[in-house]
Amino acid sequence: MLGLLSQSWPWYVTGPLLGLMVPLLLMLGNKQFGVSSSLQHMCAAALPLKAGYFQYNWKEQAWNLALVAGVVAGAAIAVLVLDGGRAPAISNSARALFASWGVVSVDALQPAELFSLEHLFSARTLVTLLFGGFLVGFGARYAGGCTSGHAVMGLSLLNFGSLVAVIGFFIGGLLMSHLVVPFVMAL
Amino acid sequence: MKLLKYFLIGIYFGVVLIKGEVISWFRIQEMFHFRSFYMYGVLGSAVVVGVISVALIRTFRIRAAGGAEIKLTGKPFNRVGNLAGGIIFGLGWALTGACPGPLYALLGAGYWAVLLAIAGALAGTVAYGYLKPHLPH
Repeated sequence: MLGLLSQSWPWYVTGPLLGLMVPLLLMLGNKQFGVSSSLQHMCAAALPLKAGYFQYNWKEQAWNLALVAGVVAGAAIAVLVLDGGRAPAISNSARALFASWGVVSVDALQPAELFSLEHLFSARTLVTLLFGGFLVGFGARYAGGCTSGHAVMGLSLLNFGSLVAVIGFFIGGLLMSHLVVPFVMAL
Repeated sequence: MKLLKYFLIGIYFGVVLIKGEVISWFRIQEMFHFRSFYMYGVLGSAVVVGVISVALIRTFRIRAAGGAEIKLTGKPFNRVGNLAGGIIFGLGWALTGACPGPLYALLGAGYWAVLLAIAGALAGTVAYGYLKPHLPH
């Protein structure tokens, strides 16, 4: 079993297991799957912010913080026990594309060019992680959800607003990935 | 103790995120450049399982643990918020190669540099919190 879990998972294993988050949370907790609201709860819990957006009893949403704490633990288990830190089996054409951007090392989950600590304060890493993270947080809260809350949970409910948000995710993602990322990687 | 349940579900989610490689910058760029079917297969089949689950819960009026009726109302439709926020989120998703779940998973996987992205995401949340009254939704 452990051996089987440790192999690379094809999409038809990953996808359904991801989709099971919807009935798991609905049936075990009567909660709708979502991750990005945890950002709001953390700000409300830890920072002295006066804006109305942070004035609510975050403890009522503590389940969401427990969920993301579990994600951290689960990821560590996946890497340490289930050989989860290996390079993804990306296509040869993706490999060639990344090489043309100067990203040649596909030997772990993430490119060393962005995530190694020696590059931490390079312009490339700061733009990618700090500014990119800002857009993720701002956009997810403005849209009212992220890939979990809108793409998986919202589409599962056939919710129209979630479909609009997911279309937005792909408009923004295509623009950034095609027009900006190649230049950022050259920094 | 009630929180332990969600912690355990989170562990499951964290394992799937890492083993499914959906937290990888490589996979996200590959998806946006249409260089592999993988991520489309993952997201598509996840939604199929979710839709079927919700349909079964509705049809058989399945109740949550504890006996309460399961709430199945979606989030309200905000014409500008959903689209503009979605586009901004997409820009960030493609730039970092990670959405919020993966930010936490990468921390657990020992990619400490992701703390920069988490700090950025929290700053973005604070910025939205203060700008919210002035933004169209």
